[in-house]
Amino acid sequence: MIKVENLTKVFGAKRAVDDVSFEVSKGEVLGFLGPNGAGKSTTMRMITGFIPPTSGKVSVCGFDMAEDPLPGKRRIGYLPEAAPSYQEMTVRSFLNFAAEIRGLRGDERTRAVWRAVETCSLESVINQSIETLSKGFRHRTCFAQAIIHDPEVLVMDEPTDGLDPNQKHEARTLIRRMGESKAIIFSTHILEEVEAVCTRAIIIDRGRIVANGTPDELKARSETGRLDDFFRAITLSDTAGAANSAKEVA
Amino acid sequence: MNSWAVICTITRREIAAYFESPLAYVFLVIYLLLAGVFTFVFGGFFERSEASLGSFFGWMPWLFLFLVPAVGMRLWADERRLGTIELLLTLPVTTAQAILGKFLASWLFLAIALAFTFPVVITVNVLGEPDNGVIACGYLGSLLLAGAYLALSCMTSALARSQVVSFIIAVMLGLILILVGFNPVTDILARWASPAVVEAIAGFSVLTHFDGLQKGVIDTRDVLYFVSLMVFALFTTDVIIRSHRAG
Ligand SMILES: Nc1ncnc2c1ncn2[C@@H]1O[C@H](COP(=O)(O)OP(=O)(O)OP(=O)(O)O)[C@@H](O)[C@H]1O
Ligand SMILES: [Mg+2]
Repeated sequence: MIKVENLTKVFGAKRAVDDVSFEVSKGEVLGFLGPNGAGKSTTMRMITGFIPPTSGKVSVCGFDMAEDPLPGKRRIGYLPEAAPSYQEMTVRSFLNFAAEIRGLRGDERTRAVWRAVETCSLESVINQSIETLSKGFRHRTCFAQAIIHDPEVLVMDEPTDGLDPNQKHEARTLIRRMGESKAIIFSTHILEEVEAVCTRAIIIDRGRIVANGTPDELKARSETGRLDDFFRAITLSDTAGAANSAKEVA
Repeated sequence: MNSWAVICTITRREIAAYFESPLAYVFLVIYLLLAGVFTFVFGGFFERSEASLGSFFGWMPWLFLFLVPAVGMRLWADERRLGTIELLLTLPVTTAQAILGKFLASWLFLAIALAFTFPVVITVNVLGEPDNGVIACGYLGSLLLAGAYLALSCMTSALARSQVVSFIIAVMLGLILILVGFNPVTDILARWASPAVVEAIAGFSVLTHFDGLQKGVIDTRDVLYFVSLMVFALFTTDVIIRSHRAG
C-alpha cells in the first residue's frame, strides 16, 4: 500500500535521503531505524506529501503523492516527529477539527472522536486546552488525531517518544493490533520495540538503506544474535569505513 | 468532501482560535478606542457639523496600516514556529485551501471589528440626516482595504518565522502603498515628474482607490484594484509556502 521508489532528497549540498526504495503492504508493520540524522523523518515527510522529493516517487494505495496527493492523504494517518497540535484548542475541539476535515460529520464524527479518545486514554483531559497538557498527553492527542479516521496507512515518527512505560506498552500493543489490518511504518530508536512490534525492519544510515529484513533475519546477521549489536555494527562500521576511505584519499 | 467544506472547517477553527485568545478582545478594544479618538478628536467630527462619516473613514487606511498586520502576523509564522504546518498540510487539504481558509477567518474577524463601530452610524443618524448609501459604501471600501492589507500580512507571515519581523514588513509594504498616493508625497513627486507619471504612480496607492469608495462612488476599477491586490498577495503566499517545503 506504500510504495517508495528511488526516493532522494537533497538539501543544499546534503543528501538527506539517497535512492531509497521499499514497499509496505497491508498487514505489515515496518520499523524504520537509523542513527540521528539518517533521514528517517525526511523520508516520512515525503511519504505523507509534506515535502516534495528531489527525485523518485511515492505512491500510497496506488495514488501518486506528487501528482495527485489528496486521495493518498485521505488514506494516511500521520503522527509527525514533534507531535504538533494547536495549543490553544481543547483536546475535544482539536479532535473534532481533525475528524471534520477528514469529512466526518454528525454522529459519525462524534463516534470517531470517542473511539480515538478511548484508544488513547484521553478521557481525563478531553476538556483541557492542549498547552496545559503534559508532554505525554500532548503526544497522545496527536496520536489520536492520526487514527481518528481509521486510516488504511499509518505513518508515525517516533510514536512512543515521551510516553511512560505503561503507555509505551499500550502503544506497542495498539500498533501491533492495528498492523493486522493496515500498512504501518514507524520510526524508533528503541530496538526492543522493533522485536516486539514489527514484521519487518529497515535500517537507514546517512540516507541509504543498509539493511532490510524481518527482526529475526537481522538478528541472525549479528554474531551475538542481538539486534542492537547488529545495528551498531552496521551503522558504525560504515562510518569507520567512510573515515578510512577519506584518509586514503587524503 | 468538497473544497468549500474544507475551507469552512479551517476558517471555523481559525476564528475559534482568535476568540479563545485574549488578544482578540484586546485588539477589538484598541481598534474601537482608536477609531473613536481619530474620528471625534483628530477628525473633528463635531466641528465639521456635517452629517457624514468622512472623518471616520478618512482615518481607516492609517488605522488598518498597523492593526491589520497585528491580526495577520500570526497566520503562518505561528504554524511554522509550532510545526503545526506539517500537520495541516498533510491533512487532505491543498495549500490553496489552507491559505484561503485562514485568510477568510482573519478577514471575518476584521469584519466583526468593523461591525462594532456601528454606534458612529447611529450617532450621525441621530444628529442629522446623512446619506446612508455613502456610509454603506464607506464600509465596503473599509472591508476591501482591510482585505488587501490582510493578504499582504498573510504573505509576509509566510515569509518570516517571527511574528515581529512579519509585522514590520507588512507595515512597511502598507506604508508604501499609502505614501505613493499621499498628497504631501505626490506634491513632492510632481516637482520632478510629469503629471501623468505622478498619476500612474498614485494609481498603485490604496488611498487613491479608497477615496472614491469612501465618498460613496463604487467604481469597478477601485474594487478590482483591491481584489487583484488580494489575489496577488495570496498567490504569492502559496508560492512562498511551497518553496519552504521544497527546502
Ligand atoms: N529542512 C531542512 N533543511 C536542511 N537540512 C535538513 C532539513 N530537514 C532535514 N535536514 C537534514 O537532513 C538530514 C536527515 O534529517 P532527518 O530529520 O530526516 O533525520 P532523522 O533520521 O529523522 O534523525 P532523528 O533520529 O534525529 O530524528 C539531517 O542531516 C538534517 O540536518
Ligand atoms: Mg527524525
